[in-house]
Amino acid sequence: MSEVIVVTSGKGGVGKTTTSANVGTGLARMGKKVCLIDTDIGLRNLDVVMGLENRIVYNLVDVVEGNCRVKQALIKDKRNPTLYLMPSAQTRDKSAVTPEQMVKMIGHLKEQFDYIILDCPAGIEQGFKNAIAGADRALVVTTPEVSAISYSDSIIGLLEASDFKKIDLALNRLRYDLVKRGDMMSSSDVVDILAIPLIGIVPDDENIVISTNQGEPLVGNGTPAGIAFQNICQRVLGKEVPFMDFQKGISFWTRVTGIFHKV
Amino acid sequence: MKRFFRRKSSKEIAKDRLKILLISDRVNCSPEMMEMIKADIAKVISKYMKIDAKSMEVQISKTGIKGGRNMKTPTLYANIPIIDLNQ
Repeated sequence: MSEVIVVTSGKGGVGKTTTSANVGTGLARMGKKVCLIDTDIGLRNLDVVMGLENRIVYNLVDVVEGNCRVKQALIKDKRNPTLYLMPSAQTRDKSAVTPEQMVKMIGHLKEQFDYIILDCPAGIEQGFKNAIAGADRALVVTTPEVSAISYSDSIIGLLEASDFKKIDLALNRLRYDLVKRGDMMSSSDVVDILAIPLIGIVPDDENIVISTNQGEPLVGNGTPAGIAFQNICQRVLGKEVPFMDFQKGISFWTRVTGIFHKV
Repeated sequence: MKRFFRRKSSKEIAKDRLKILLISDRVNCSPEMMEMIKADIAKVISKYMKIDAKSMEVQISKTGIKGGRNMKTPTLYANIPIIDLNQ
């Protein structure tokens, strides 16, 4: 039974693409057949984060317009044999695809994959409607900032109006030093406000920048963010994983980086 | 410690702002209108008892009694501290 998950947030730049790439890669490493779909037509993104930008031949718009078969557009990941990417077109605008076409294409992909992860564009327009059309589960990504949370609230409202049964919250870029000082909302504050279940907390981690530079998702590689994404993958699969002990985690982490800074 | 007593932490400010913002977003009701509703409620209750109008809270939430977001009916909660019952 395959599951279609849309990764969305409303506000741009909170980490949708990073989350999509890492959750997709993580699930593939756990042996699942995963297809990542970049639905941000006109502003492709996911292929770059995955480091697959040089391999694109056909894209999503080619598939829905019938210029190629679905299989021809899918790009196999560099490292994980069960991970595929459907890139988006850079030259077209969002009206090139309709929600009906998305549903049809996802229906086709469902036969071959365990998980289909849709990277949703920012905003609540056509691109958002396309991305949520074929999905049965949503992962809302937010950062602990007023603007991102207020956006997320609207998005959650829209998802509920479209009868999503499962909506989970991924809190990204949390800084424990600020939370401790009372200058950043904690995970419980955010959950309090948005009132949906928390699927993961990803700490603010400079390794994300490094991993994006290299075009290699960092899930499961022992960095704080890598561990956090690994845990999200486990929870997506329905496993109970305790949330990281952040106080301890951060002090340990600063100790480690502290050593490197000294050297 | 001094700092702690002097002002709210920025996190508290963010949380308070968000609560008001989201309530008006969710029920399509502006913060000004909420203030007007609050003032009117205070006026009516003050006829019968002495209340602490400054610390009263009025909220419209969609969450309802169950506390889930799926409760579709918005509910108005008013939290009014009473100073003196027999005025």
